[in-house]
Amino acid sequence: MTENDEEENGPIEILRTPISLDYDYSAGQSASRFLRAIAQGKLMGQRCPVDGRVYFPSRGSCPQHGVTFGDEAVELPDKGTIVTFSIVRVPSANIPLELPYITVNVLLDGADTIMMHVLDAELEDVHMGMRVQAVWKPKEEWTISTGNIIYFQPIDEPDADYESYKEHI
Amino acid sequence: MRDVAVVGFTQSPSVRREPNRNEVEILIPVIDALREQTGLVSQDFDFVCSGSSDYLAGQSFAFVSGLDAVGAWPPVCESHVEMDGAWALYEAWVKIQMGYADTALVYGFGKPSMGDLPLTMALQLDPYSVMPLWPDAISIAGLQARLCLEGGIITEREMAGAAVRDRGHAKGNPNAQIAGDYTVDGILAEPFLVNPLRKSDCAPISDGASAIVLAAGDRARSLSERPAWIRGIEHICEPQDLGVRDLGRSRSTEIAGEKAGVSAGQVDIAELSAPFTHQEILVEKALGLTEATQVNPSGGALAGNPMMAVGLSRIGECAARIWQGDADRAVAHATSGPCLQQNLVCVLEGE
Repeated sequence: MTENDEEENGPIEILRTPISLDYDYSAGQSASRFLRAIAQGKLMGQRCPVDGRVYFPSRGSCPQHGVTFGDEAVELPDKGTIVTFSIVRVPSANIPLELPYITVNVLLDGADTIMMHVLDAELEDVHMGMRVQAVWKPKEEWTISTGNIIYFQPIDEPDADYESYKEHI
Repeated sequence: MRDVAVVGFTQSPSVRREPNRNEVEILIPVIDALREQTGLVSQDFDFVCSGSSDYLAGQSFAFVSGLDAVGAWPPVCESHVEMDGAWALYEAWVKIQMGYADTALVYGFGKPSMGDLPLTMALQLDPYSVMPLWPDAISIAGLQARLCLEGGIITEREMAGAAVRDRGHAKGNPNAQIAGDYTVDGILAEPFLVNPLRKSDCAPISDGASAIVLAAGDRARSLSERPAWIRGIEHICEPQDLGVRDLGRSRSTEIAGEKAGVSAGQVDIAELSAPFTHQEILVEKALGLTEATQVNPSGGALAGNPMMAVGLSRIGECAARIWQGDADRAVAHATSGPCLQQNLVCVLEGE
């Protein structure tokens, strides 16, 4: 390197310093309980001991009241109501779905928190209050993943009353 | 200046690897215990401040879920530092001084066992010329220890002596990770881990959490029979580049100690969070501690080193001894960055 290095080779404009760290991640007790249940095709939430609201997925404590959840798990059905939705027309690296597709926030029956997933329906049919049910992968493919549910699809039930889900929009 | 005191302190045990619980689940019982200890509920805290590291958690904004342990409804006034909880306590202290709060909840938590801590710590270094070499934290500390030994600043026997003292004290601390009767000769017979550091010269890697309640004036008096008043607190930072610092002394600790008023009275106990034996001795020297001071009655960082909580716990350990009447005046120390780059000193007194 010489004093004239910058003149000869131009200024250094970019320095690449790749960062890579490995983690041995643990989901934690509550998330593990949820994941083990979904591997059995069950959807598990937990009830807040203060106000009785049901959190889904289960978690260690109530984020509103900061109280520890006990071991009581609440099994929820795989049916629910679309609280809100979005039609996606731009690709995303980790979602291998054909465009356009519909993402939905589903309020499972008996739950007080929403779950995000995708909906298999005609674009013009999706609407708030629509009743939906999970479509599961074949049982032999179930694993510890919410991916066990492929998508939700509409069911032949009257729309849910707006009052029943307005809090979750 | 307002009178501000530490009136609550809880901590988890320091463990090498928390197998099942995630960071937040480690924190939840610590906050629960603090509410029980002080009789306060989350809505009683005017300000909440936490210290943790997304680099330890391996995910961005990991600290937000820490609020699950507090309960954030109705919405709380909250802040976070990507530093040890001792710096979160400093922020809360400032908030109280400014009159924006009378009480504050402060907590720190970390689960370094999920990653490779000595390598994760490399990310603190200068990103252009040092970090790309991936020097691990123990090797960096080893360079400093070598400098101290070759410079006649510290001896190997003194280093081993610090570990013997701390781990002996830790026998009385149920939350310690390493405690027992060690000897200087026994430690000197250990093989080098990273020459000149032996395993006993290094703090353990610990998962854990701790939490503190601060309160001002009469609020503090109503919450504690003998509040541990913060009479001085200061933190000072040195340059990031290791080559421009004097690694054979801790200038930032000296200045922080001076500004916090360490020498204004007798220091009964000192709790230091230096993660290597030679650093503990450098901090002792920088604070001007004499034999009249009992150093690390809990065992300090060399007995239990929960990342992001270990410094906060030093303040809590001092406060707890003041509440109990075991000490009238105490000095707590926290550090951050490689080779004691940044240091916080807190002087606590009983009335």
